[in-house]
Amino acid sequence: MNRVVITGQGTINALGMNVAETYSAFKDGRCGIGPLELRDVERLSIRIGGQVKGYDPEATFNRQQIALYDRFTQFTLIAAKEALDQSGVEFHDELAQQSGVILGTAGGGMQTSDENYRSVYEDRKNRVHPFIVPKLMNNAACSHVSMTYNLQGPSFTVATACASSNHAMGQAFNFVRSGMAKVMITGGSEAMLCFGGIKAWEGLRVMSKDACRPFSANRNGMVQGEGAAVFVFEDYDHAKKRGANILAEVVGFSMTSDAADIVMPSKQGASRAISGAMKDGRTNPDQVGYINAHGTGTAANDKTECAAVADVFGHHANHLMMSSTKSMHGHAIGGTGAIELLACTMALNESVIAPTVGYQEADPECALDIVPNKAREATVEYTLSNAFAFGGLNAVLALRKFG
Amino acid sequence: MSNYTDRVIKIIAHQAVLEIEDVKETDTLEELGIDSLGLVESIFAIEEEFDITVPYNANDPAENDIDLTTVKAVAYAVKNLVENGAK
Repeated sequence: MNRVVITGQGTINALGMNVAETYSAFKDGRCGIGPLELRDVERLSIRIGGQVKGYDPEATFNRQQIALYDRFTQFTLIAAKEALDQSGVEFHDELAQQSGVILGTAGGGMQTSDENYRSVYEDRKNRVHPFIVPKLMNNAACSHVSMTYNLQGPSFTVATACASSNHAMGQAFNFVRSGMAKVMITGGSEAMLCFGGIKAWEGLRVMSKDACRPFSANRNGMVQGEGAAVFVFEDYDHAKKRGANILAEVVGFSMTSDAADIVMPSKQGASRAISGAMKDGRTNPDQVGYINAHGTGTAANDKTECAAVADVFGHHANHLMMSSTKSMHGHAIGGTGAIELLACTMALNESVIAPTVGYQEADPECALDIVPNKAREATVEYTLSNAFAFGGLNAVLALRKFG
Repeated sequence: MSNYTDRVIKIIAHQAVLEIEDVKETDTLEELGIDSLGLVESIFAIEEEFDITVPYNANDPAENDIDLTTVKAVAYAVKNLVENGAK
């Protein structure tokens, strides 16, 4: 078994164009959720989201690239560049063949689907651009990362709704740990803030019209976000040999299935995933200082998640911190676990715990320290990141401070 | 009112997989076996049937300003929404 470390990270999301801006928003408790700017927004009943604003694709990509890159692929490539620049790893020869890309997304190229359905159904056009299929496919982002950085090893895309990124990073972790790969580029991306993407969520009637307030008694639903985060997971000996800067160690991963309900979460499924990740990482529950919650802000998730944490940790549940950064960047669906892992690396490296903003009223069913509204300075050795998807698919990662 | 009630009963019966005559005005949706997902589906069908928007958030049914507990309550709510033009 090889040790697995993170040597690079990158992101773009509603809070910032990179990790530094995102960390700074986490520290300030700044909320990136606001009025949506998109076509036909007046036909939506939900009009807020964690949208990436002030982003100009043409400043980063040329016309040929934009013809092939859906917004979710653009986000992925921006995050990947930041992560790989920081890591400094380059892929040639044998290392290129021993390294790959595993990314999560739920909707893939939804902007492309949305625009082109509109074009053929609403505008009655009978012809579409030749690259619609390679642009909208869920693995487009993964493939473009592999092509850009010459990654020739195991590469694929995972789609497990809201747990996609965590499942992807769990696979990447196991590829490196088992020796099947030396370096894995991993994380996830989502760009679902288009008319059809929001309309579909509206139908489920679990969306908030005003704010995402996880764990607050007056919470009234989730708010969608968008963006990507990408990490470099690297074999420790390899990273050490090349003198790489190490951000954190990935120590454990667990995934479970509720096998129960297509939308309602299960305490047992969540508990098994949380305790499984700690067991996999040989981590004692009382070593865990911070959990990045799934924390969607729906009644069902938040109370189930708190009950699961209380069950798994017993008395220690009162001594650990658990926050939901979805309150700031929104629920970036298939990319959310990756964006949220940044709150874990920040906790380990900078000893600051990202808050749960928008918190207004205590809920006795969510009676944990959810770091309300203000970031907190605290040194933690171990962190967990939870993701519990529709369909009852759960994935939890455990990280340890390095050094 | 009976026009609303009949149309609502038809939708609820369809959702609950029951015969129309087995659904009474006084039944609660829960008694008829309609769970939270079933309720969201019923509301969708009602909105389509009456061309209205029902202000309902599945997150916390107790917090909604609308009473949808019994068949009668649903029919009454629908009547109000139609008459107030809640498109």
